[in-house]
Amino acid sequence: MTERAVKHTWVEIGRTVLQKEERAPHLPDDTKEVPLEMRVKGFLLQDADKGDKAEIVTLSGRRIKGILTEINPVYTHMFGRPIPELSSIAGEIRKILQERRRAS
Amino acid sequence: MSAESYQAIMDQKADIMRASVGIDYGKYTTGPLSFDYEAMLDDTGYDLDTIRQIQARTAVGDTPLVELKNLTELVRAVSSPGKGARLFVKDEAANPSGSFKDRRASLSAFEAKKKGYPGIAAATSGNYGAAVASQAAKAGLGCIIVQEAFDSRGIAQPEIAEKTRACEAYGAEVVRLSVGPELFYYFLIVLKETGYFNASLYTPYSILGIETLGYELAMQVKEREGRFPDVVMATHAGGGNVTGTARGLIKAGAADTQMVAASVDLAGLHMASDRDFNRKSFTTGHTGFSVPFSTWPDRADVPRNAARSLRYMDRFVSVTQGEVFYMTEALAVVEGMERGPAGNTSLAAAFAIAREMDREKIVVVQETEYTGAGKHPLGQLNLAKQMGIDVRRGDPRGNQPGKAIVIPEHPSQIQPVEMDLDRLRRSYLRNAFNSLPDGETATEADIAFLAVETKLDETTVREAIESHERKKR
Repeated sequence: MTERAVKHTWVEIGRTVLQKEERAPHLPDDTKEVPLEMRVKGFLLQDADKGDKAEIVTLSGRRIKGILTEINPVYTHMFGRPIPELSSIAGEIRKILQERRRAS
Repeated sequence: MSAESYQAIMDQKADIMRASVGIDYGKYTTGPLSFDYEAMLDDTGYDLDTIRQIQARTAVGDTPLVELKNLTELVRAVSSPGKGARLFVKDEAANPSGSFKDRRASLSAFEAKKKGYPGIAAATSGNYGAAVASQAAKAGLGCIIVQEAFDSRGIAQPEIAEKTRACEAYGAEVVRLSVGPELFYYFLIVLKETGYFNASLYTPYSILGIETLGYELAMQVKEREGRFPDVVMATHAGGGNVTGTARGLIKAGAADTQMVAASVDLAGLHMASDRDFNRKSFTTGHTGFSVPFSTWPDRADVPRNAARSLRYMDRFVSVTQGEVFYMTEALAVVEGMERGPAGNTSLAAAFAIAREMDREKIVVVQETEYTGAGKHPLGQLNLAKQMGIDVRRGDPRGNQPGKAIVIPEHPSQIQPVEMDLDRLRRSYLRNAFNSLPDGETATEADIAFLAVETKLDETTVREAIESHERKKR
């Protein structure tokens, strides 16, 4: 089932800014092989389905067209799991300081 | 060729820049290579006192100077008797958007407002975006931040993802692009379309805004200790932090204070590589920027870069990603200050440099930055593991950018690597000579300029020119 967003919804659209053959000269080989892609968020100007053409007005007031990629997009960055390689540092440093204080 | 093709837009670069920065860079030219750097800065009309007043209006600057007594003790625990200088940090995370970058953004926002621009824009994936967005919010200006944000698989760098969120929180439009230097191309399109002010990191406004940081920390140490610091450590990327801080120190009268730059070692990772993009845990403050920008500052998004680090660096060291993560952890657990890892790059270097110095000496680390999801060792190291990078404890010398992040097992293992400043100076001169238009030769004005640029004497510059000419023939 396609997801549909109504006008005024906060969404993300995407489009290709430069096809790979339109890109700047002197790129590393791996970058040369892929197009330059863009993602921008804003408020939807007309109802649209995810994957369809859509137009938004951004927070600076620009109108931009693209393909509707996300509806009310998630911020996915997070802390994640604690890192075992860091977890023991606190104890190690405290021990160094305690031994130094005991010695003086 | 379409009106918005890569070449069509790049051909309009000079006009777009002139309109969006409001500086006629051409008028400072004094020779085929040289230009009047000080006049370019002076002509902005902002002196240090005025800048301090402008920054105070938006609560930028006047951040606390914190003595890191427990970390100093840790330094002394791993130093020879009589060694182990006192460590201080300038808690720049106390600025409105959480980093010293507010200082850089403040004058651009002020200037844009004064000149009647409808908004300000910047091409940046780092803290600077949040700073510009925060200053734009205070000034009631529109704001667009253009980021290099994700690789071709759509994976966002966690630190940049957090910046996206922060900029949007301040009400800015954020344009996220995939990996590549054409970020600048799209930035030009934005400037042309909107008529916004270009809050480049490399204009005189951006550099003058940092002078207050060097000035403040010098005066804070003087007031507390009766003298200026012996060493000031700054994280080094595009050169603005080092340049502005050193200029501020000089204006405070602390001309004898040693200015030491520190970068995270990312040797071997290509800055424009889609594959390498998510194999680095640090998005700035690394050698991928600091080496090219030291040896050729005018690669920036403005014709003349006001950040010229070789003029001001007395010493330059690199540290590993693992060493910075270790120090970030140490700062939190013994000083009770949880701060972002990128800002702690110079702290990691300072820890080792303080070990070489006498006990009564003073080392000031000139910044911290805010931390949060994404801008944190946990988010960065979880991504590194996901990318197949080997994260382990051990000797940080085993660190391999993009392959292994080695977290020290003991603070005595933190040992920055000296960057050869003389080699960087020679490299700068080569780049300068190669930039001479065909048939042109360096003039007397150029020679004097190059000597100041590289802190070499004019005789050495002349010898370098002769040697370059010989090789060409």
